[in-house]
Amino acid sequence: MIFEKMRQQIVVYALVLVFGCSVGFSQQPAPPENVNAFDTPNDAGASITITWDKSPEDGTGAEAVTGYHVLRKSGDSEFEVITKSPLTAGETRYVDKGAKGGPAYTYSVQAITASESTVNSAETAPVKAVGNWFHFGKRWIFLALILFSVAVVYSIYHARRGKEIFIRRIPGLEAVDEAIGRSTEMGRPIMYILGLGSVSDVATIASMNILSQVARKTADYEMPLRVPCNDPIVLNVVREMVRTAYVNEGRPDAYQEDDIFFLTESQFAYAAGVDGMMIREKPAAIFMQGTFYAESLILAETGNSVGAIQIAGTDSDSQLPFFIAACDYTLIGEELYAASAYLSREPMLIGSLRGQDYGKLIIFGALIIGVILELIGVTWVTTFFQRV
Amino acid sequence: MELFGVWVAAFLTLCIYSFLYRDNPFYRFAEHLFLGVSVGYGIVLSIHDGLIPFAWNPFWKAVTEREPAGLLKLIPIAIGLMFFARLVPKHAWIIRYPFAILIGVGSGLAIPNVMDASIFRQLHGTLVPFAQIYAGKLGPFEIFGAILMFIGVIATLTYFFFSVEHRGVVGGISKVGIVFLMVGFGSAFGNTVMGRVSLLIQRVDFLVNDWIGNTIQSLPF
Repeated sequence: MIFEKMRQQIVVYALVLVFGCSVGFSQQPAPPENVNAFDTPNDAGASITITWDKSPEDGTGAEAVTGYHVLRKSGDSEFEVITKSPLTAGETRYVDKGAKGGPAYTYSVQAITASESTVNSAETAPVKAVGNWFHFGKRWIFLALILFSVAVVYSIYHARRGKEIFIRRIPGLEAVDEAIGRSTEMGRPIMYILGLGSVSDVATIASMNILSQVARKTADYEMPLRVPCNDPIVLNVVREMVRTAYVNEGRPDAYQEDDIFFLTESQFAYAAGVDGMMIREKPAAIFMQGTFYAESLILAETGNSVGAIQIAGTDSDSQLPFFIAACDYTLIGEELYAASAYLSREPMLIGSLRGQDYGKLIIFGALIIGVILELIGVTWVTTFFQRV
Repeated sequence: MELFGVWVAAFLTLCIYSFLYRDNPFYRFAEHLFLGVSVGYGIVLSIHDGLIPFAWNPFWKAVTEREPAGLLKLIPIAIGLMFFARLVPKHAWIIRYPFAILIGVGSGLAIPNVMDASIFRQLHGTLVPFAQIYAGKLGPFEIFGAILMFIGVIATLTYFFFSVEHRGVVGGISKVGIVFLMVGFGSAFGNTVMGRVSLLIQRVDFLVNDWIGNTIQSLPF
C-alpha cells in the first residue's frame, strides 16, 4: 500500500516535471531576426557593425527579452560572447571594435530573458574588417577646407602682387618692441614660455612663429633670450627657428643655444622650475604664448611679482581670464594666430590672415541666413550642420 | 613606514608653499627634486610606453618571426632617428625632415577636427534654438537667451576680423563682442578659482588630518 502511494507520487512528480519543462521550453523567447554583419564604413579597418531586428518578445510577454549578447567566431572555432555586459533591450546595433583586419568573422545575436534563458539567432555570413582610404562622412568638411583654402590662396596671391592689405591694431603686439626695449634698458633677460603644447598644437605653432619674430628683435638688441621648453621636440624646432632668425638678422654669433633648454614634461614641475628662474633671473619681459593649463596663473603671478612686462596669448579659453588679470597685454584666441603676420608684415602671412577673414565672413553669412530660414520654418541649414 | 611617506609629502608641500614668502633653499630643494624626479620618470615612461611597445617589439618580432610587413616599422623608426642628426653639426639639416613630417601630420589631423568642432558644431548649436522658437517649444526667457547668444556670436566674431578697421558700426559691434568675451572670462575665472580653492582645501586637509592628525594618533602617550 505504501509502495503504491509512493509510486503514484513519483508519477505525479514526474508528470509535473515534464510539464514544467515543456512549459519552460515553450516560453523560450523568439530569437532576434535579420541579423546582418558588415564592415564598418569610413574606418581604419578594425571594426565590424552588427545590426538585427528586435526579438518579438523584446521587453514584453511572460518571458520578456531583457537584453542581448553578441557572439563571434572566426573559421571553425566556437562562438564566444564579445559583449562584456548584455546590451539593453531595444538595442538593434553593435559595433565590434575588437575585430582585426584579415580573418573573416561570423556573428550571432543571443537574446536573454530575466530567468537567464537564452536563444541564439541565425549566424551571419562571414565578413572581414577592411580599412578605408577615405572617410566619406567628412566630405563636407573637406569641401569647406577647399573653400577656405581658395580664399586664403586668393588673398596671398593679391598680397604678393603688392596690394596693400589693412591689418587692425593689436595692442599686445605693438607692445613687443616696448618690452624688448625695456629689457635692453634694464639689462635683464627676456623670457619666452611656449606653454605645454606639443609641436602639433596650432597654438604652439603660432607661438613658435611669434618667437621667431621676437628672436629677430633680440638679435638686433643683443639681449639674452631664455626659452625653457616643456617638450623635447618643441625644443629642437625652437632652437632651429631661433638660430635661423639670428642668422637672418646677420647675428649668428649672438645666438646662444644653451639659452633654449628642456626643463621637464611634467606640468607642475615645469611651473615650479620656471617660477624659480623668474625669481632668480628677474627677466624684464616675459612672453607667454601657446597652450596653457592650470599653471598659467602660477606663472603669470610670479612674473608680475618680479615686475616684468608680460605679454600673454593663448587659445585655451579657460586660462585667458588669468592672463587678462595678471599680464599687461593678452592676445585672445585668434589674435595669437594673427600675431606672426602682424609682426612680420610678410605678404604671405598677411594674405593668409585676410583669407581667414573671408572664411569668417562665410560663417557670418551662414549664421544670419540660417537664423532667418529657421525662423520661417526652413530647417535644412540646421539639418545640414547636424549631419556634417 | 606609511607615516614616513606622509612626513616626506608634508615636508615637500611646505617647501613648495614657502615660495609664497620668498625664494629660499627649501623651495630650491623641492623644485630641483621635483624637476629631477619628473624628468627621470618621463624618460622611463617614454622607453617603457613608447620605445619598447611601438618600436622595439614590432621590429624584433618582424626579425625573429620573419614578417616582412613588420619591417615597415623601420620607416617611422628611421624618421625618429633623424632627430639625432642635430648632434652632428655637419648633418644637422636632416632634422628638418622629421620636423616637417611632424608639423604636417599634426596640422593635418588637427585642422579638420577644429573645423568640425569649432565651426560646424558651433553653428549648429547657435541655430538649433531658432528651430525650437519656430516650433513654439521655447518660453520667453529661453527665446531671450537664444537671441542674446546670437548677438554674442555675431559681435564676438566681428571682434576677430583683422583686415577691417574697427571704427563706426564695425567698431561698435566689436566693442559689444569684447563685453561678451569679458563676461565669459569673468564667469570662467570665478568657476576656476572655486576649483583651485578646493585644491587648496584638499592640501590643507592633508596637512591637518593625514600629517598632524595621524602623527598625534601614533604618539605613545
